[in-house]
Amino acid sequence: MIMSESMQSSVGISLTADVLIIGGGPAGTWAALSAANEGVKVVLADKGYCGSSGATAPSGTGVWYIQPDAEARLEAKMSRYELGGQLAENAWMNRVLDKAYERMHHLAELGYPFPLDGSGKSVVRGLQGPEYMKLMRKLVLKAGVKILDHSPALELLADEHGVGGARGVRTQTGENWEVRAGAVVIATGGCAFLSKALGCNVLTGDGYLLAAEAGAEMSGMEFSNAYAISPSFASITKTAYYRYASFYYEDGSIVEGAGSQRGRSVIARNLLQGRQVFARLDQAPEEIRPRLRVGQTNFFLPFDRLGIDPFRDMFPVTLRLEGTVRGTGGIHIVNEDCGTAVPGLYAAGDAATRELICGGFTGGGSHNAAWAMSSGSFSGKGAASYAKSLGTRSSERALKGLSTSQLTRQETSTGGKTGDIVEAVKAEVHPYDRNLFRTEQGLVSSLERLDQLWKEVRATPITLDNRAYKFREAAAMTATARWMYRSARFRTETRGMHKRVDYPSLDGSQRHRLISGGLDEVSVRTEEVSKEVVLA
Amino acid sequence: MIEIVSESKCIQCNLCVSVCPTNVFDKVEGDIPVIARQSDCQTCFMCELYCPVDALYVSPNSEGSDLVEEELLEENGLLGSYREKIGWGPGRTPITRHPLMLEGRN
Ligand SMILES: Cc1cc2nc3c(=O)[nH]c(=O)nc-3n(C[C@H](O)[C@H](O)[C@H](O)COP(=O)(O)OP(=O)(O)OC[C@H]3O[C@@H](n4cnc5c(N)ncnc54)[C@H](O)[C@@H]3O)c2cc1C
Ligand code: SF4
Ligand code: SF4
Repeated sequence: MIMSESMQSSVGISLTADVLIIGGGPAGTWAALSAANEGVKVVLADKGYCGSSGATAPSGTGVWYIQPDAEARLEAKMSRYELGGQLAENAWMNRVLDKAYERMHHLAELGYPFPLDGSGKSVVRGLQGPEYMKLMRKLVLKAGVKILDHSPALELLADEHGVGGARGVRTQTGENWEVRAGAVVIATGGCAFLSKALGCNVLTGDGYLLAAEAGAEMSGMEFSNAYAISPSFASITKTAYYRYASFYYEDGSIVEGAGSQRGRSVIARNLLQGRQVFARLDQAPEEIRPRLRVGQTNFFLPFDRLGIDPFRDMFPVTLRLEGTVRGTGGIHIVNEDCGTAVPGLYAAGDAATRELICGGFTGGGSHNAAWAMSSGSFSGKGAASYAKSLGTRSSERALKGLSTSQLTRQETSTGGKTGDIVEAVKAEVHPYDRNLFRTEQGLVSSLERLDQLWKEVRATPITLDNRAYKFREAAAMTATARWMYRSARFRTETRGMHKRVDYPSLDGSQRHRLISGGLDEVSVRTEEVSKEVVLA
Repeated sequence: MIEIVSESKCIQCNLCVSVCPTNVFDKVEGDIPVIARQSDCQTCFMCELYCPVDALYVSPNSEGSDLVEEELLEENGLLGSYREKIGWGPGRTPITRHPLMLEGRN
């Protein structure tokens, strides 16, 4: 048989494993290590490069690392409990605090270069992204895990018993890849809607779409409108140091009420009116400035390159959407292994909901990093034992692809449409007056357009070439926006980061989770939050 | 966005091609890599950190392409400046070990 060139190049890789991890950020790499530790065969596929890709690698993270001391732990648990609208759960917070504490000490043992105290002992501190993720890649390889870089997953494979692998393309060769596995962990990060927030353009909600196509649900998708302060000209959405900022108009007068925590709305309202807001870190005491420069080198990078002194010069700022990356919504988890409702399918990190530990308040700054390492660990172990329980049967399964859009080897005109769909979704989710300040009217009109867009996405066949994942990203963002806004419409109150202009206060009767799901038809239902209240 | 692959410095190791999360570069047989899809660049600076010879320059402007001159960057000590700051490269200590890391909240 004579094969056409495109057929030849698409033959690609076919592998079998016990556990397949999709996504190689902190959650995916911890999942890979934990699964490998159970003695099973693990493959990890990343859209970019495991070690540099995702939100943590270029950013770095403060970690919810709390000494196992009752008082300190209680304080830590209470810190976001009210802010998060009482949606966190005590038992989950305890598990995550324990696991993150353990993992941070493992990192010290495994070679993360923490600073040393006078006696030469490692002192655990926040993690610098490049260093952390370089180490994680090394450890994953050492554990015998096979890594497929530049290999976005395009669809899950399943039979009537559940999920059994995934399929994708290799963007640097155009080949297809397929991994058959007893269990799959989705660790694809959150969705920041291509806003150019630091490291986030690979985070387009792909895992949500994959999971939903297999029948899994989402939770807390109304908590998806985290916006980060950043210089308007740069990608550095590092927000911690804005606690030292004053905010000004161009003429040097103060923007009343603007601030890095609660005052972000004030910044947003000014930007909406076309008034540029400027920041200057003039409240940082002179003596701590050298320490700030050491603590977050990337924060200062754009300023240094442009000759700006952020402590003395005013610079223009904007708010970049980080969606569910620093929001908390994600795949609904139904057990302590971070399993979903679909057999064989697990979720970890930003791909999963983080309401369990921080409710509807942001997971940024500490909780997300702790969640990534602990949920990665739980899911990797859980997936490994599930895969073991399947025995050898898994290799004989008749699996089929689950993509809602048809994936084909034929030429299509899909490529040309991708940009339009991406722009259309961005136009619904980026604007502050739609997503930050939500109203019934705004949500309804956005949903009308997004539903229409989904129909178009659904009807478009995708050519399986090295750009195929771009269209799947557009599809995932469309689906994500629809779960977000359906949930936001359902929650007729203001809770956590979800702000309804038409329902500005918290409604005690809505202290429940919103579980959303479905693709052609999106639905939302409520689910009770554990009654076990965190008591001060 | 990524602006420069220095012809005079690049040793054609293609590490940047491997580590770029958004696959901006293309490898070229017997030559230095090309910036093939600049508009996909997410301004994450990771390629710069991995380049062993400081041959790359990522402009902090994430919103559009800038005109930059290699000579000027070199003069201002900007090539490889991020890698130096985080303490990557032979003979350097990772900044994560800096004694100031022990103080206050970072
Ligand atoms: C600027 C910034 C600062 C932050 N600071 C903090 C902080 O101080 N403290 C804190 O707790 N949290 C912080 N966060 C949040 C934190 O970075 C994330 O919660 C964390 O990175 C989540 O880890 P993850 O592994 O789930 O996802 P990520 O690290 O985002 O990794 C996801 C991976 O999945 C891959 N992927 C995506 N789609 C596919 C696909 N289809 N197929 C295969 N692979 C795919 C991506 O390439 C990526 O490698 C910050 C976030 C940002 C943006
Ligand atoms: S990493 Fe640096 S030296 Fe290596 S190919 Fe890229 S530019 Fe050249
Ligand atoms: S800055 Fe990041 S996205 Fe841009 S070329 Fe370098 S590694 Fe790739």
